[in-house]
Amino acid sequence: MAEITIRVNGTGVPLSVDPRTSLLDLLRERLGLTGTKKGCDHGQCGACTVLIDGRRANACLALAVAQDGSDVTTVEGLASNGDLHPLQAAFIRRDAFQCGYCTPGQLCSAAGMLAEGGPSAVTADLGDDPALVPEEIRERMSGNLCRCGAYVNIVAAIADVAGSADGGGARAAAGAGAGAASTAREVSA
Amino acid sequence: MNRIEGPDKVTGRARYAAEYPAGPADSIAYAYPVQSVIARGRIESIDAAAALAMPGVLAVLSSDDPPALSPDAEPELALFQTRQVAYCGQAVAAVVAESLETARAAAREVRITYRPEPHDVQLRTDHPGLYTPEKVNPAFPSVTEHGDLPGGLAGAAVSIDVTYATPTEHNNPMEPHAAMAVWTGHGNGDGDGDGDGDGDGLTIYDSTQGASFDRDAIAATLGLSSDRVRVISRHVGGGFGSKGTTRPHAILAAVAARAVGRPVKVALTRQQMFPMTGYRTPTIQRLRLGADSGGRLTAIAHDVAEQTSTLVEFAEQTATPTRVMYGAPAMRTSHRVVRLDVPTPAWMRAPGECPGMFALESAMDELAIAAGMDPVELRVINEPRTEPVSGLPFSSRNLVACLREGARRFGWDRRDPSPGIRSDGRWLTGTGVAASTYPARRMPSQAEATKQDGGFVVRIAAADIGTGARTALTAIAAEALDAPADRVRVEVGDSSLPRAMVAGGSMGTASWGSAVVKACEDLLKNGSEGAADTTEDVRGDQGFARHAFGAQFAEVRVDIETGEVRVPRLLGVFAAGRIIDPTLARSQLIGGMTMGLGMALMEETVIDTATGDFLNHDLAQYHVAACADVQDIDAVWLDEEDQHLNPMGAKGIGEIGIVGTAAAIGNAVYHATGRRIRDLPITPAKLLS
Amino acid sequence: MKTFAYDRARDVAGAVAGFGPGTMYLGGGTNLVDLMRLGVAEPEHLVDVSKLPLRAIEADGDGLRIGAAVRNSELAAHPAARERYPMLARAVLTGASGQVRNMATVGGNLLQRTRCPYFQDVTKACNKRRPGSGCPAIDGDHRNLAIIGHTSQCVATHPSDMAVALAALDARVHVTGPEGERVIAMPGLHRLPGSEPDRDTVLRPGELITAIRLPAPPPGASAYRKVRERASFAFALVSVAAALEVTGDGTVRDCRLALGGVAHAPWRARRAEEALTGQRAGEDAFRRAADAELADADPLPGNRYKVPMARNLIVAVLRELMPR
Repeated sequence: MAEITIRVNGTGVPLSVDPRTSLLDLLRERLGLTGTKKGCDHGQCGACTVLIDGRRANACLALAVAQDGSDVTTVEGLASNGDLHPLQAAFIRRDAFQCGYCTPGQLCSAAGMLAEGGPSAVTADLGDDPALVPEEIRERMSGNLCRCGAYVNIVAAIADVAGSADGGGARAAAGAGAGAASTAREVSA
Repeated sequence: MNRIEGPDKVTGRARYAAEYPAGPADSIAYAYPVQSVIARGRIESIDAAAALAMPGVLAVLSSDDPPALSPDAEPELALFQTRQVAYCGQAVAAVVAESLETARAAAREVRITYRPEPHDVQLRTDHPGLYTPEKVNPAFPSVTEHGDLPGGLAGAAVSIDVTYATPTEHNNPMEPHAAMAVWTGHGNGDGDGDGDGDGDGLTIYDSTQGASFDRDAIAATLGLSSDRVRVISRHVGGGFGSKGTTRPHAILAAVAARAVGRPVKVALTRQQMFPMTGYRTPTIQRLRLGADSGGRLTAIAHDVAEQTSTLVEFAEQTATPTRVMYGAPAMRTSHRVVRLDVPTPAWMRAPGECPGMFALESAMDELAIAAGMDPVELRVINEPRTEPVSGLPFSSRNLVACLREGARRFGWDRRDPSPGIRSDGRWLTGTGVAASTYPARRMPSQAEATKQDGGFVVRIAAADIGTGARTALTAIAAEALDAPADRVRVEVGDSSLPRAMVAGGSMGTASWGSAVVKACEDLLKNGSEGAADTTEDVRGDQGFARHAFGAQFAEVRVDIETGEVRVPRLLGVFAAGRIIDPTLARSQLIGGMTMGLGMALMEETVIDTATGDFLNHDLAQYHVAACADVQDIDAVWLDEEDQHLNPMGAKGIGEIGIVGTAAAIGNAVYHATGRRIRDLPITPAKLLS
Repeated sequence: MKTFAYDRARDVAGAVAGFGPGTMYLGGGTNLVDLMRLGVAEPEHLVDVSKLPLRAIEADGDGLRIGAAVRNSELAAHPAARERYPMLARAVLTGASGQVRNMATVGGNLLQRTRCPYFQDVTKACNKRRPGSGCPAIDGDHRNLAIIGHTSQCVATHPSDMAVALAALDARVHVTGPEGERVIAMPGLHRLPGSEPDRDTVLRPGELITAIRLPAPPPGASAYRKVRERASFAFALVSVAAALEVTGDGTVRDCRLALGGVAHAPWRARRAEEALTGQRAGEDAFRRAADAELADADPLPGNRYKVPMARNLIVAVLRELMPR
């Protein structure tokens, strides 16, 4: 067993963990935070997407023991002060879910994605920080499978938030409480 | 109306089967199956010593000490009752342990030796074991024949004889099958100590498409009366047929919990789902079509070969849509199955219609091309007045209107049918059309309605597996009660609620809605309570052919240098009676079409002939459509009134979206390239071969 | 998963000193944790190197130095990669998913293991996992596997997109091990299977990748293109990394070409490069060069399609790189 401390949705939790335990199983089986879902346990479906230190990640591939000192945001932590996160509200408005099992992962992934910027595999000019048109959203969200096929509405919901006056708010909220995301851009070139 | 459970789903509050608390967290134990590595043969020995020695392991279950189950248990659910292995990946033992990690690690330590026998896992049309079953699902004759088929084909002005193949496909709902079993009473599964679990009740949190039926199957398997078992399944992370019948994980949870005297959770891994939760049989389908010089069909023959297991005869009704779609003076439909050393196939979205219409609607396209006719016109000319094989009148049928409307929206009148002549940079482009159909039936269900707390509560053991059933039933009840929807609460997903049909066969809303309307009308008559049972009403549903219809249009681009196929646009135009909720309907239809896109271009389960294993058993290797694959997909519908269906006038729409999509895409690929790929999926490898 | 001890390394020396029998280095975990859960990898001891101070991307003369613990997404987003090595940025962007790219380190990306279905399934024979047990892929399903450089022992392919670009860019991989530091030139980090398919790379036990150094970028225009069955989140059937410099009179002055999805290692197409250099740029030359490279291709019955796919893709990518 290993002793770790993880901040989950803003609260520091000291824990004794079996080193084999994934962050996903820690959240679901130990901490009762069942919002994050297990779809494949091998990083192939995105249902377990959470924010680790502000960046979207697959909780199933993150060993809990390696997350000592990390800041984790789950779907349960997206809403603030009882108000739904703009993405959550948009998903309801756009009917961007059916069975709902991929939904928490879609939401955390979208929240992380909105804060990422930069080009994607479909961006024509790598120098661009492109607008999040549907083609860009589709590519960036391809790590989140939806067997119910709600993609059309998922993209519409994310586009609503990305394009809205709140788009910036969504970006800020993605990083809220999760620590500043550090990127290599900050290092001298 | 927004989905009732929307706020719970987007906040993570909605609980799925593996997510319920059952007392203190450390009271729950975990069971993990051990699977056969051979496809056929006998278990010679099971050595659980190393597993049992691991700290935290509570038990190892196996045929060394078979759990007490009913002798009539369905073979796929009769866990550990026999030493005979029926397929690779079959559960042959299980570890029960205090943590998931321990159970999984200990399962690797259970040593099983086998005496393998030669196995046979390959479907082929010349397999000597192919036979004609008495019936195909659910109760159709395997063979229908009328007229002079050889004459009809020989005398045709144009005829085709083509063979299509669809691969093994897996439902792959996002939520893996999971269950947690909690025995109540003395908690040790045997309250009065007489060894048969008497005196105890069992609550199972399961992921199922029908709590009533799941409860009955679990009780029967355990040899209990149904009233001793309760299934709770409030939210289900998709099923697409794979959760329509009880699966072994639920039985495993029950017997494991009984063995260790604690609640036990079983959550199948994605890999385990492949052999253990059903799949769509592969099919090989021969289509022969003949038409006169005006394009009228003179002969139709649709002959199907498919597989089942050695345990259970499951005969997919693949050629049955051909009995509905177009008529001809000579017609034949037939099914043959062969028992292979494979898991038992099961329902996958639109069983029968989905693979069968791929073949029929692709063949119709080939016939149109051979006849020099527009594929929409060919179908219009062959629109039957009554259901071709049965002669029954259609309760309503508006396929032609769907084709016309779709053609209009797709600019079909400007279409040059010549293949391979349109390009856009490195992409060849083309369009295709196909028809869709799905039966519109209902099954008996019961419901109760009560006046309560200034509003109404409606109870029915329906299932919302992502269809929006909870929401649709709320709308239906509100209308029947003439009350605002926010005053109506519908309870579903629990076998302690009035017995209801499974969410399957696109019969959910029709079956449950009928009972809900009746119960609400009963309440309005009686004042504060109402109840209904639609068994008699459903028995009266004779005399009509009830189907929803649709037309599917696809635009594709093909990079002929690399074989990549992309689908910029899909349109479905449907006639499905009264649409209860436009938002829910559009989502369902688009969802089905998205699954059809995957079926057309990428979905295939590969069987490893050396081991009989489903080789590509994870989501990185079995490709379902990803977000980037889906561009413009839209579904619209025509107003359709039909008095012969149910009180709502609605036809089911959960499955029709997938029917016809693959054919439309395949037909578009032909139009783009001049290449006809007759075995799905249409992959770059096949286009480059 | 077998249980294991876990340490987080604070510096490279400490990481290497802590390496013993049964130790594996843990980067982002996106491949290693996957393999551990499959039972393919069974380390007794994990040394977490993901937080080592190897996170910098910085100019290195007229080249670039990338720390091994830099995340894939950080590399792809970095202005130096985007502006000066677009082939590399594009290769990284086509790999995996956004979530995986955020977690995966560049060092770990290089060392990820094949996705051959038989390799990943411990109930099956596999010469890579258990030398001498056989290669069931050869007579089984090998549709996604190698067409060149394989042997009767192993037909696996290397799955990394980034590695293909690095092979084309003449990257050099810096490693530190128990016996000191050394530099390995790409594509030579990865081996062909030969008679030892269990050895994916030339690394010795305990060697830790610390940095990737790129020389000045190749002249001309560059691209990375990946052919796959679905539009995203899938491994390559075949991929091509290419750079092309054409002089004013239409002659190829410099060409880089590497293929993914075709071999046990990223495949640097030197024959094609030689065949092209000095030639008049155009369809004919591109086709001849591709054919020269693929002359030794020896596809299996189920993956023959990869030969025309690779040929066509090479030609298509070079065509796109021609100056307008």
